[in-house]
Amino acid sequence: MISYILRRAMYAIPILIGVNIITFVLFFVVNTPDDMARMHLGMKRVSEAAIVKWKDERGYNKPVLFNHSANGAKKITETIFFQNSVKLFIFDFGRSDSGRDIGYDISQRMWPSLAITIPSLIVGLLSYISFGLILAFFRGTYVDISGVILCVIMMSISGLFYIIGGQYLIGKFLHLVPISGYDTGLNAVKFVFLPVLVGLIGGIGASTRWYRTIFLEEMNKDYVRTARAKGLSELRILYRHVLTNGLIPILTGVVVILPSLFIGSLIVESFFAIPGLGSYTIDAINRQDFAIVRSMVFLGSVLYIIGLILTDISYTLVDPRVRLN
Amino acid sequence: MPVIFITDFLIFLLLFGSIAFFLYARKQEHLTAPWKEIKKQPLAMSSAVILSFFIIFGLLDSAHFHPRIETDEKSENVYSNEILSVLDLLLKDLRLKTEKTYSAPLASYSFSKELIELEDGKKIRDYPRLLYGGANLDNPKTDSTSDIIKRISLGFLYGLLISSVIILLIIFSLSKVRNEKFIITLKKCLSKNLETNWMSIFITMSILFIVIAVIYHLSQNYHVFGTDKVGQDVLYQALKSIRTGLVIGTLTTLVMLPFAIAMGLMAGYFRGWVDDVIQYLYTTLNSIPGVLLIAASILLLQVYISNHANDFNSIEQRADLRLLFLCIILGITSWTGLCRLLRAETLKLREIDYVQAAKAFGVSNYKVMLQHLLPNVMHIVMISIVLDFSGLVLAEAVLSYINIGVDPSMYSWGNMINSARLEMAREPIVWWSLTAAFIFMFILVLAANLFSDAVRDAFDPRLREF
Repeated sequence: MISYILRRAMYAIPILIGVNIITFVLFFVVNTPDDMARMHLGMKRVSEAAIVKWKDERGYNKPVLFNHSANGAKKITETIFFQNSVKLFIFDFGRSDSGRDIGYDISQRMWPSLAITIPSLIVGLLSYISFGLILAFFRGTYVDISGVILCVIMMSISGLFYIIGGQYLIGKFLHLVPISGYDTGLNAVKFVFLPVLVGLIGGIGASTRWYRTIFLEEMNKDYVRTARAKGLSELRILYRHVLTNGLIPILTGVVVILPSLFIGSLIVESFFAIPGLGSYTIDAINRQDFAIVRSMVFLGSVLYIIGLILTDISYTLVDPRVRLN
Repeated sequence: MPVIFITDFLIFLLLFGSIAFFLYARKQEHLTAPWKEIKKQPLAMSSAVILSFFIIFGLLDSAHFHPRIETDEKSENVYSNEILSVLDLLLKDLRLKTEKTYSAPLASYSFSKELIELEDGKKIRDYPRLLYGGANLDNPKTDSTSDIIKRISLGFLYGLLISSVIILLIIFSLSKVRNEKFIITLKKCLSKNLETNWMSIFITMSILFIVIAVIYHLSQNYHVFGTDKVGQDVLYQALKSIRTGLVIGTLTTLVMLPFAIAMGLMAGYFRGWVDDVIQYLYTTLNSIPGVLLIAASILLLQVYISNHANDFNSIEQRADLRLLFLCIILGITSWTGLCRLLRAETLKLREIDYVQAAKAFGVSNYKVMLQHLLPNVMHIVMISIVLDFSGLVLAEAVLSYINIGVDPSMYSWGNMINSARLEMAREPIVWWSLTAAFIFMFILVLAANLFSDAVRDAFDPRLREF
């Protein structure tokens, strides 16, 4: 098992190197630091000195790949590629273009993100599985058909409308919880409620339909027929056999997004003013802070790859038919 | 003087490509059989009618030109700098009838109070009359309701008339094609005895024509969806947004299609190191979160545009480049799914006898892939095109909301929602921009979803959602 995990982790290294090269090319080769400086300082009539100063302050004044003027190993290390891209591998994110320590910001901001994403995931999973089971149980009847129609209709509405609608209803009429903002400790609960609810409603359509399909697929298999032949009640078949087997694809689908929960949701966080990593990224995009966007791209990829490895491992744990090779 | 944007060119390329593919597919039994299945389904045909209305609007909006300026001397043609489309020409009334600021749907008075000077010199604060909304009425406070009802019923009658004429024409030409008497074809259509479910097509068409006629009659004298902050008609914005939505939904797939097909087929057919390289490529691209990759790329495009501001002749051209770039980036983030599916299918197909036989006869690899593999994975390509469409239209709105979508100067539902965010906080709220964007997006996406479900079920019964 351990050797299997190690092998999977080794496989991730070339992918990470690839991601690193892509971000490097995107941020330093397609547009040079000079372009970025000019963009930040204003388009026209920027003096050469101001550009050099901007680059000096942010450490973009080194050669891109190879430093001829330095000695020994510094020929490689004193370059933009090494300082700004290779160092990402040891999670040294450096400083943002406005001078803040990105690593510190990330460690502070991941908690509000988790406060939204973890409850969303748990509540969502429980309700979607229940809805999916209900529709599968009533398959072919009017309950099922109207449920599927409702799902398709809900799928066709943009998530933005759920957020705007939710904020409007709660904020204007019901006054139950604040419509945006965040607080620490237990006070956070009332701020978390609305984003979680909106996230739940927004995902109902697609997820319920998908889970229903999974359960129906299981229901057509031979072991269910055997169970029926044994005289088990339909409910018992549903819970003991269909649910447990249907959970395999569902769980593995969930495991892959588990690490990405740290990053949070860009849209939800910016709408509800949650100070998490999602809104951090959005702010960086709007302020055109390249250092933060670069770090988040790399961090996001790392977390996704960890998710992939976890998925493979969880497959072998949940489903004994899958062999380790 | 015509102007051709890059996206215009690609749209018409796509149009001719689809027509060519349609002509090719008509002779292929395995591609026509599923369509026969789809033609029978009422929901699928209704959605198809709705989608084709959207497509017509989009195509009309894709033919751009510089309008000619009317001058006294007849010797020379002078062209305006402005770039218009054929749709702009048709919607001239909507485009030019701008108010001062917000006005509610079908209103005759402005949304906010202003200082008005009366004829006797006194100044009062009241809601001023709109320039165009209800302009034909002497006393809108009492007359506007009856005027609106009159226009709605008139529009209803016209819509009914136009749609009945078109339906009768269709039935007439059908009867000619089928060599039957008109009455017999009519009866068959009504009793759903034909291969195509004409009944649902006719009903959807009538409803659409009636809605369009009603809106047309109302828009002669009112702003059907109100006006926005600078007094522009919201209906006009929503109609102009159709093109943006369609471009994102279709061109993205078009851009990525050649790569996905070539890579998928090569990986599955050659296996070995080719397969390894391609798999590595798509795993790497896939592991970068899509939104962040789009954000990074759009940021870089902004840097490029701001440093090369002189290279663009007009705002429209710049917006168009950004739209195309967005399509390409969305394509890069979304081709991996199709590529993986094609690889898996090709892995299976290459072991089947006819491929082995072709190889034994010494057919070149290139020809095997083109003639024996490609036609047999075409159904997967088609399913993925229609399945991706609605997701991409929705994605456009979200991306525009976080400012990494289309250019802010471009009409799009995402930009409408984005600007409506601040309007929701006003008291009383300005709800019409949001509502218009919601209605248009919802209808397009719902129709696309229903249609793609039908296509998927027909082409790949294995994926059927029971």
